[in-house]
Amino acid sequence: MTTQEKSTQARSERESKERLELLQGTLDLLILRTLIFGPQHGQGIARAIQQTSDEELLVEHGALYPALQRLEDRRWISAKWGVSANNRKARFYSLTAKGRQQLLHETNKWSRFSAAIGKILGLGVEVKES
Amino acid sequence: MFRRKRTAKEFRSEVQSHIENETQRLREQGLSEDEARAGATQTFGNVTRAEERFYESRRWLFWDHFSRDVRFGARVLRKSPGFTAVAVLTLALGIGANSVVFGVLNSLILKPLNVPNAESLWEIDRAGKSRGATNYQSYKDYLDLRDRNRSFDGLAAYNITEAAIDTGNNPTRAWMYEVSGNYFEVLRIQPFLGRVLRASDEHGPNSAPYIVLTYDYWHARFQDDRGVVGQKVLLNKHPYTILGVTPPGFRGTVLFFAPDMFVPMINQEDIDGVNELDDRGNRWVFEIFGHVKEGVNTTQATADLNSIGSYLSENFPKEDGQASFALSRPSLVGNFIGGPARAFAKGLMLLAGLILLAACANLGSLFAARAADRSREVALRLALGASRGRVLRQMFTEALIISSVGGVAGLWGSVVLLRALGAWTPFTRFPIHMPVEPDAKVYGIAVLLSFASGFLFGAVPMRQVLHTDPYEIVKGGSMQKPGRRISVRDVLLVAQIAICAVLVTSSLVAVRGLMRSVHASFGIEPQKALLVEPDLRMAGYTLEQMPAVRRKMMDAIGALPGVTAVGVTGYPPLAMGGNTTIVFHDDTADFRPSNAVSTPFFFRVSPGYFDAAGTSLLAGRAFTWYDDKEAPKVAVVNELFAKRLFGTSADPLGKYFKLRDGTRYQVIGIVADGKYLNVAEEPTTAIFFPILQSETGETWMVVRSSGDPQQIAGEVRSTLRGMDPGLPLYIQTWIKEMNGALFASRMATASLGVLGVMGAMLSITGIFGMAAYSVSKRRRELGIRVAVGAQRKEILEAALGRAFKLLAIGSAAGLVLGLLATKVLAFIVYQASPRDPVVLAGAVLAMLLLGLLATWIPARRALSVDPLILMREE
Repeated sequence: MTTQEKSTQARSERESKERLELLQGTLDLLILRTLIFGPQHGQGIARAIQQTSDEELLVEHGALYPALQRLEDRRWISAKWGVSANNRKARFYSLTAKGRQQLLHETNKWSRFSAAIGKILGLGVEVKES
Repeated sequence: MFRRKRTAKEFRSEVQSHIENETQRLREQGLSEDEARAGATQTFGNVTRAEERFYESRRWLFWDHFSRDVRFGARVLRKSPGFTAVAVLTLALGIGANSVVFGVLNSLILKPLNVPNAESLWEIDRAGKSRGATNYQSYKDYLDLRDRNRSFDGLAAYNITEAAIDTGNNPTRAWMYEVSGNYFEVLRIQPFLGRVLRASDEHGPNSAPYIVLTYDYWHARFQDDRGVVGQKVLLNKHPYTILGVTPPGFRGTVLFFAPDMFVPMINQEDIDGVNELDDRGNRWVFEIFGHVKEGVNTTQATADLNSIGSYLSENFPKEDGQASFALSRPSLVGNFIGGPARAFAKGLMLLAGLILLAACANLGSLFAARAADRSREVALRLALGASRGRVLRQMFTEALIISSVGGVAGLWGSVVLLRALGAWTPFTRFPIHMPVEPDAKVYGIAVLLSFASGFLFGAVPMRQVLHTDPYEIVKGGSMQKPGRRISVRDVLLVAQIAICAVLVTSSLVAVRGLMRSVHASFGIEPQKALLVEPDLRMAGYTLEQMPAVRRKMMDAIGALPGVTAVGVTGYPPLAMGGNTTIVFHDDTADFRPSNAVSTPFFFRVSPGYFDAAGTSLLAGRAFTWYDDKEAPKVAVVNELFAKRLFGTSADPLGKYFKLRDGTRYQVIGIVADGKYLNVAEEPTTAIFFPILQSETGETWMVVRSSGDPQQIAGEVRSTLRGMDPGLPLYIQTWIKEMNGALFASRMATASLGVLGVMGAMLSITGIFGMAAYSVSKRRRELGIRVAVGAQRKEILEAALGRAFKLLAIGSAAGLVLGLLATKVLAFIVYQASPRDPVVLAGAVLAMLLLGLLATWIPARRALSVDPLILMREE
């Protein structure tokens, strides 16, 4: 690895870290929210988030998995292998009772937060993700 | 926690399925296969990064790194087997020494007796001014203590003795406790079989012909036969009934002396041949103990006992004098054995700790040297992006690998040694063994010590790693600065050499003490002498018959070829035990103990004993067969006794002294001073009475031969057996019998010697490592010196001067410390004197030799440096 490559990698790592921090709470919330309609696999979750946000939110699919892993570790979601609608093997995630509670809590927190930010910026409750 | 919930492979297949699904969806939207796949991959982002993050999110990351470090460390260590072997061995020695010493400490001193509620069990000692506390009490005093105290749940007493047991024409000797009737009730011991002795079994002297067997004896002698209960056996020819068997774990009430059986103390006359139950002044009961009542503390209990003490002093001033009592732990008979044993074990633990510390210092400097050699590797790893934390962790892992392997090896060795020690019976005549058993505590300590030492020496190169500048090293090669300032390594080496010098000095002191004690005058000549104990008591002879039997035996043995002299004594000196009596001036009328002039050891001996024992008669005469009951009472005394009683100026011959009962004894002879109880004792007074005037049930014959005493042993045996086939006999050379008296100082010397050798080995490896390292570092410099014409002396000075300087500083410091430590040793070792020129010279010489030995190879290496080869390199 040359020094240049190394620094590029380091930079991209830094950036992604920043973005992840920005996303951290939100992505978890979005995943939990999506799963309220029933078990879903990773690709399905990514699609659902994109679709329900009218393609406003562009989720990098790869970034979904660490989040899923984290939620699973916290026992907010559980996973098992199954067969997808188009007859392919996939790992399905579903909401646990603990996760449902967490969703309620997070939703509440998020709406208070976004309302507060909105009030300050004078934008109403709508928040745009850049 | 250690279980991997998902494997990386499973994760990969999930990602795969994600991309497949996305591809299919895109294809369904009308894209071509290739476009769809490209799109799916693109929206997914960096697959590798997802996998990496997945890996990092796992909880086993720490263990993953750890196992990698272990594997890498093992590989690195395998590449330098010499270093690894030295390091592991050093640590194994250190940890092994510690766990052995701790094992002994643990089972002899920390652990209480194996009886119920051992924590409230206390032994009652008689506090004394002149000789310190003693465990011995009289039976009468015991009864008063038992019946008058209000602080104990019963008080029990026991005495250790030996008797012949005969289950049907096969008399064998057995060791037993003579116990008070309430012994088992006080101890709360339930029988394994049958029943145990009860207080209600006693109805005056010789009223309770019962014995209780220990489990071990029942198992070995009666092959677990449950029918023994109620069976009759002969004890010294008296019929006794077996009541029952004690439970398996119960081995009596003193740690190292497990009896075969228990007999009632009230039957003393059957067992010992004498009845001392009513003699208040005769303190023959070995120990009194009991559970302190709940809610009563030891201070209150002692006060209670002392109020009984003042009652005793008031009513029995002649027998009891000033009676006061103290409590101590019964496991090692209070301070009788416990005191010196505890002091010695603590001292040993300290020395073992020093050994480990020296080992750590040794390894620390080795590691520091290694880290310096590996500075390139470290720099490279840092340059490649490893964090300093990771590099340090790697180094610590290596240290831990060494410390665990060393710890396991050390522990293994110590377990083997402890087991051997536990099975070892140092004396043939006594059932004495050390009940050491490695247990969880010992293992725990070993593990703890190995981790602690791993961290200790692993931390030494830390600063070096933290200060590594990868840029400088990669660019400029080795980071050797020519600085001459004192490095951590030097300090460690000096510390280690100092510790080793302490060990060498103290072991030299101990060895010297032992040598002195062996060559000191014992007052007897144990060489070429045989000790024979024909147990007349066990053979059923009465006290009245014994004098005639003894004389007959002496005549028969004296007539054997090769026998030059033969004598009888009630008990030989230096054979683990002794009797003392108190002596008064001839003009004394008030026989309180406080008026006594001396407390000499006393022996009852026959005519011919002094010749047979090799005790030289300095003045007067020895006993004859006419010094019998009808003759006036006479005594032979040792020189010190004569001086103590009659002063140096007067002639002691013909003078008189008195015993407690007022009897006058005339001094008819003076013999040389000797050792009577143990070889390390201070010069002590001793008196000898004619055996015909002073009855005893004990008989020891001293047979002096012109050649090897072992060779006449067989003839002695057959001669005595010819006179009485049922006579229990014990025959041993006097030298071997004296092992007991030499045991303590021998053990001390052996353990100190081992520690000293360990210390020496450690300093050799330490100095060697340091010297070899500095030579290899400076080969180029040395080569240049040789090339420009340096002499051998200069080369050596350049290469090893520093090592020798450190050695000198360390040795000097260690010597001073060692001489200070010697004061502690004086408690155990015979005449341990720190200001002994031989010890001083020996220690200096030893350290010098060690230094020479350790620097020999490095010096050879330094001298063999070939400048041509070196110059051609690089």
